[in-house]
Amino acid sequence: MSEASYIQQKITNPKEDKLLYAVVYSILFLFALCILYPIIFIISASFSDGTEVQLGRVYLLPVKPTLDGYQAVFSHKNVLIGFRNTLFYTLAGTAINIIVTLLCAYPLSRKDMPFRGFFMFLFVFTMFFSGGLIPSYLLVTQLRMINTVWALLLPGAMSVYNMIITRTFFDSNVPVELLEASQIDGCSDARYFFSILLPLSHAVVAVIALFYAVGHWNAYFSALIYIRDPNLQPLQLILRNILLATRISLNEFEDPDLMEGKIGLEYLVKYALIVVSSAPIIALYPFIQKFFVKGVMIGSIKG
Amino acid sequence: MTNTPLPQLDDQRSKLMKQVRQRWQLYLFLLIPVIYILVFAYYPMLGVQIAFKNFQPRKGIWGSEWAGLVHFKAFFSSFYFSRTVTNTIRLSVYYLLVNFPLSIIFALMINIIVNKKLKHTLQTILYIPHFISTVVLVGMLMQILNPVTGLYGNIYRLFVPGEYPPDILSKAQPFTHLYVWSGIWQNLGWNTIVYIAALSGTDVELHEAAQIDGATRLQRIIHIDFPALLPTASIILILNSGSIMNVGFEKAYLMQNSINVVNSEVISTYVYKVGLSGATNQFSYAAAVGLFNNVINGILLLIVNSLSKKLSDGTRGLF
Repeated sequence: MSEASYIQQKITNPKEDKLLYAVVYSILFLFALCILYPIIFIISASFSDGTEVQLGRVYLLPVKPTLDGYQAVFSHKNVLIGFRNTLFYTLAGTAINIIVTLLCAYPLSRKDMPFRGFFMFLFVFTMFFSGGLIPSYLLVTQLRMINTVWALLLPGAMSVYNMIITRTFFDSNVPVELLEASQIDGCSDARYFFSILLPLSHAVVAVIALFYAVGHWNAYFSALIYIRDPNLQPLQLILRNILLATRISLNEFEDPDLMEGKIGLEYLVKYALIVVSSAPIIALYPFIQKFFVKGVMIGSIKG
Repeated sequence: MTNTPLPQLDDQRSKLMKQVRQRWQLYLFLLIPVIYILVFAYYPMLGVQIAFKNFQPRKGIWGSEWAGLVHFKAFFSSFYFSRTVTNTIRLSVYYLLVNFPLSIIFALMINIIVNKKLKHTLQTILYIPHFISTVVLVGMLMQILNPVTGLYGNIYRLFVPGEYPPDILSKAQPFTHLYVWSGIWQNLGWNTIVYIAALSGTDVELHEAAQIDGATRLQRIIHIDFPALLPTASIILILNSGSIMNVGFEKAYLMQNSINVVNSEVISTYVYKVGLSGATNQFSYAAAVGLFNNVINGILLLIVNSLSKKLSDGTRGLF
């Protein structure tokens, strides 16, 4: 890369190049602006005064900053329940996902396992054809998992796509010689997995853990069809009820009197909710970005 | 000589059995995933028979009476058939036509940025929306596009004081554009990753040689960078066209209201509505609609997969 930039400097840029760079940089700058502006607006609005938001005086920065919106969000009964539930679903769900995915990817990465092709087909086929919504729903009903946490944890215990990413990583990043050497030393297949393969695979475990965790955090559909009990609802479902509602009832707050008479509060609540619910992932994002990109790269090797 | 084949076969079989016994721990590893996939993927596949039956909750899927193709016929002859199929195809084709060229163009543009820090910052910004949940995205859309209190109304009033802009959320027509362009906003940056990875593999010497010959950057994009993307691009195009009948439930459902339903009712939302959301759930009918969609998806993917294998000489198939 440094060599390329050295030559870049050496060869004088013709005029056309300068024009091209000017056009490209301004398009990219505008697009970045298009992405950031709505996000900044939402954050600013969430910190602004309710009246100002309602009158539409917020453009870029918070106007008459307050924390009213956040105070309201955190005194909303369902939001706290939703946070607690989503945290549980994300942690428990991701743990289950990783265990099942690793259990599946390891044997399928072993070329010396008989019937490997058959098992691979068994899993990959489900990426292309499924029973569909109704049969899956009836199955969950039959298993008596409706309105239990299991309905959100078990039906999606493994994504075949992530399993393939993991398998590809085992295949391409861990040298076969390690397996051969350990087999000569009498290492069993299970021991090889735990003592040799797993310690070498932190990167891919981190990648799929993040894929799964973000999936759980943002998941909404399974809860919509399987969970009726308000005490078990994840954050996204509660978010949907509040964000897409036209009016928010004051009774949903722990202290309705506190909220009474604050103009435009319902808008503030929505803005603050958007920020609060996305903040954990966006805050982690700079640290996890490279893992995600890596995951996409590994995934693109196969499929 | 005539007797040898049989012992050989036996030999092979016992060798295989020995191998299986040797690798028993690997099968133990597979036990849980196989049970999982059988229960949660293959058992529901058997359950699709419900589409050919008149489902009665008391009798269960297996005990209900066969109804033949009644539910399929009912769907094909209802006006929902053309509405949901057209909407599904319209949304995915529109999205594909915008998203596919744009992600290539943006990857090429990001790739020519020389300053590494700037490039990294830009990529970080462009990837952010990918992590926003669908619920939040739709919530943002509704807040921002609200003609009275949203940013859209605020900016409109800067130019036309005291007036409110047309309410695009409560009209049927803008739905398609909102759906597609909010998808672009959310995923365009993310979709460039694969292409940028492909571009990072281009030969530096090729660029140097071209520069010495006096090629401009634009010429190098057209003759070096762009051809380097073609293999990846063709496969992505093929794979995307395989999912043309597959519009996700969440966003369409969340953006739906009683007015835009003409344009926003896709197959997946329709299945949910007739099957699970109402007071009287028509399980069999909904399953038939879903099965129709799944079968078409499956066939499309098979076609597309064999195409991509052919184009790449067998290296780029999914299975």
